[in-house]
Amino acid sequence: MHTEFLMGNEAIALGALAAGIHLAAGYPGTPSTEVLETVARRSGEKVHVEWSTNEKAALEMAAGAAYSGARALVTMKQVGLNVAADPLMSLEYVGIKGGLVLMVADDPGPISSQTEQDTRTFAAFAKVPIFDPSTVAEAYEMIQEAFDLSEKYGTPVIFRATTRIDHGYESIEVKEPEEYLQLPVEGFVKDSSRWVIFPRLSRKNHELIEARNVKLSEVFSAYEKNELAREKAPLPQGKRRGIASAGISYRYALDQLGEGAEEVRRLKVATPFPFPEQLARTFLTDLDEVLCLEELDPVLERALTYVAGKYHLPVRIRGKLTGDMPPAGENTPAIVGAALAKFLEQEAPSAPLEVTVELPQRPPVLCAGCPHRASFYAVKQAMKGEKTIFCGDIGCYTLGNAMPLDMCDTCLCMGAGINIAQGVYHLAPDTKCFAFVGDSTFFASGITGVVNACYNQAEMVLVVLDNSTTAMTGHQPHPGTGRTIRGEVAHKVSIEKVLEAIGLQEVVTLDPFDLPKAVAEVQRLAALPGVKAIIFRSPCIALEKSSQRCAVQADTCIGCQKCIRELGCPALHLEGKKAKIDQALCTGCGLCAQVCPVKAIGGGENV
Amino acid sequence: MSERSLQNIILCGVGGQGTILAAKILAAAAMNRGQRVMTAETIGMAQRGGSVFSHLRLGPAGSKGANSPLIPQGQAHLILGFEPAEAARHLPFLGKDGMVVAARQPLPPVSALIGQSSYQAEEIYSFLESHSRAHFVDTQRALQELGSAKVLNVLLLGAAQRLGALDFSQEELLVAMRGLVPERFHALNERALMYEFK
Repeated sequence: MHTEFLMGNEAIALGALAAGIHLAAGYPGTPSTEVLETVARRSGEKVHVEWSTNEKAALEMAAGAAYSGARALVTMKQVGLNVAADPLMSLEYVGIKGGLVLMVADDPGPISSQTEQDTRTFAAFAKVPIFDPSTVAEAYEMIQEAFDLSEKYGTPVIFRATTRIDHGYESIEVKEPEEYLQLPVEGFVKDSSRWVIFPRLSRKNHELIEARNVKLSEVFSAYEKNELAREKAPLPQGKRRGIASAGISYRYALDQLGEGAEEVRRLKVATPFPFPEQLARTFLTDLDEVLCLEELDPVLERALTYVAGKYHLPVRIRGKLTGDMPPAGENTPAIVGAALAKFLEQEAPSAPLEVTVELPQRPPVLCAGCPHRASFYAVKQAMKGEKTIFCGDIGCYTLGNAMPLDMCDTCLCMGAGINIAQGVYHLAPDTKCFAFVGDSTFFASGITGVVNACYNQAEMVLVVLDNSTTAMTGHQPHPGTGRTIRGEVAHKVSIEKVLEAIGLQEVVTLDPFDLPKAVAEVQRLAALPGVKAIIFRSPCIALEKSSQRCAVQADTCIGCQKCIRELGCPALHLEGKKAKIDQALCTGCGLCAQVCPVKAIGGGENV
Repeated sequence: MSERSLQNIILCGVGGQGTILAAKILAAAAMNRGQRVMTAETIGMAQRGGSVFSHLRLGPAGSKGANSPLIPQGQAHLILGFEPAEAARHLPFLGKDGMVVAARQPLPPVSALIGQSSYQAEEIYSFLESHSRAHFVDTQRALQELGSAKVLNVLLLGAAQRLGALDFSQEELLVAMRGLVPERFHALNERALMYEFK
């Protein structure tokens, strides 16, 4: 053992390696991405690691490994589990042989996601056991226990952690690589009565699953990470209070209570499904009131309300459903502190300083030199005055919605924009329908939408924003990059050839920074019938170190500020009334030079 | 050394300014003396030029220390602002005797440039000064003299250390920095860490 300063996601990866995984797969998504990257960085060649095309592919591949008796890890963010829902629901009925753990990252807030869905609720729906750590150190141990449980009971297991665990750092004790489990793999053994899902098998296994989950509820009541801490001194009648919590909220509660924590009964639930019913019953017995501190769904609150009813316990369960906790958003130490003070009838924490000075909003923006800005601007110019819809998708380019570009009319989920554009077209065929999709999203779930458009005779322009990486999540490779997660050379899937094979009217590849040509081509393609595609290809500027810079010639600049108003580039700012370019941020892309009406911006100087 | 009391530090700025490396240097310095470390930071979409922060909790855990990586409001000992408006945004986290050390170099966001929000630098400075022990550092000039904008993070760490806002010696920070920065940048970062502000 040795001590390392680890991000939660790194600790989860090292825990999985210590558990002897043979295969790991996933699709990037904040806040889960670093798990698989760490597995790739810290594992030997014996472990197969890959970024799969999407979460469904990753889970199905992991199922094949687990059928063969290997241990497999699958990583994704919470909305990725929606993509993998189809195999997961069925896999639970079929079961596995080698341990299979889905690491699913939830995002209360949400900080970087479309939804605030709770994977604990998903686990109950799928009938799959789930672990929920409350610290980085706990996550490291718990993922190892999750693999043991998965294998022992022949079921996939979900390990969910929230942002503050995934992206929290702690100095923790971890095993040496020599201490990692080395498990033999039997290989796939044919047995169609086991691996082929048929209604008769499902009926039989459903019964076994329900019985197993009753058993697991008992097992989890004795699980040491489900903690019941009793009050130090007996609590007075009528004020016998308890706190039930999980995940990071439990740690906030401990911070807020300090040494006062010993004066209240505490239940920390590390396995919300199957719910540790007997432990909860012991916790609730002789209590008058319980406050549930949890994020996302009121999972504990509902379960405790059920246990109280089932065992006729006269205890009031409070939380989100009773209005004592906010129904949405991330918990913070301040929210938890205020709720605790009210519940325990203590003095409210002194109000924090109010920020009385006006501060500017600072939302994320497309980087200076980002090729997406040029692509959006070209389409915007080309379609001025036309009736249009610009369907966006998931990635950095969702930021194209911000002013002044304002080029994202819809955004739903991975790959949806391509199909939404078709729906709009069929209802209003006079609309010029555009769908913007990134290269990684195109491979993950865009292709079926393009097939649908061609087959069902939609009229639209598909715009693939190809920056040759999965940029938003931190630059992961994908099938179009010709590289694997370990940096090895791989077969490069051509977006052009895929589109040509589907049978589009026309497929054009363009440099988005050649503004006049880009505008002309957009106009030409938009006027053609059927499905057309433009691939704007230019590498992500965060990966390409540019030595070029642009500069404003102050005597030529007329101070019209068109560059600032139309592009919203973070390198452009004002000095007096004239534009100035921040030399530390500029990459010399030259878009502003092409926009300037008086050619006051010189481009492409090497520095 | 582990009986030293808990240090709660917030580093805040704009995505791309290097707050994460600064957090790692402080964490390494604490670990080098055997202290427990918990931190939390912004990762993901917000990094694209948005507001970013790191919370650091260095020292004991449990009922007399830190249980979670997020610092409760009113309990930070230091706010290290890479940008003045971002320092002001985090001021509710500062404790009674805490200190603010911030770069005197406003970075107005795109929203301010296109008139969707406003950036009043002087009001932000006076807000910080009237509600905390605030020190502003002329980072622009220092970075010009050092010849690189990339060392803003280490420059600010050095400034905070000399102002007595960090419970680390200069040597402890130097050792931690050397462990995290590629060797070819050691000399530059050493000059930044030891830079004497006029």
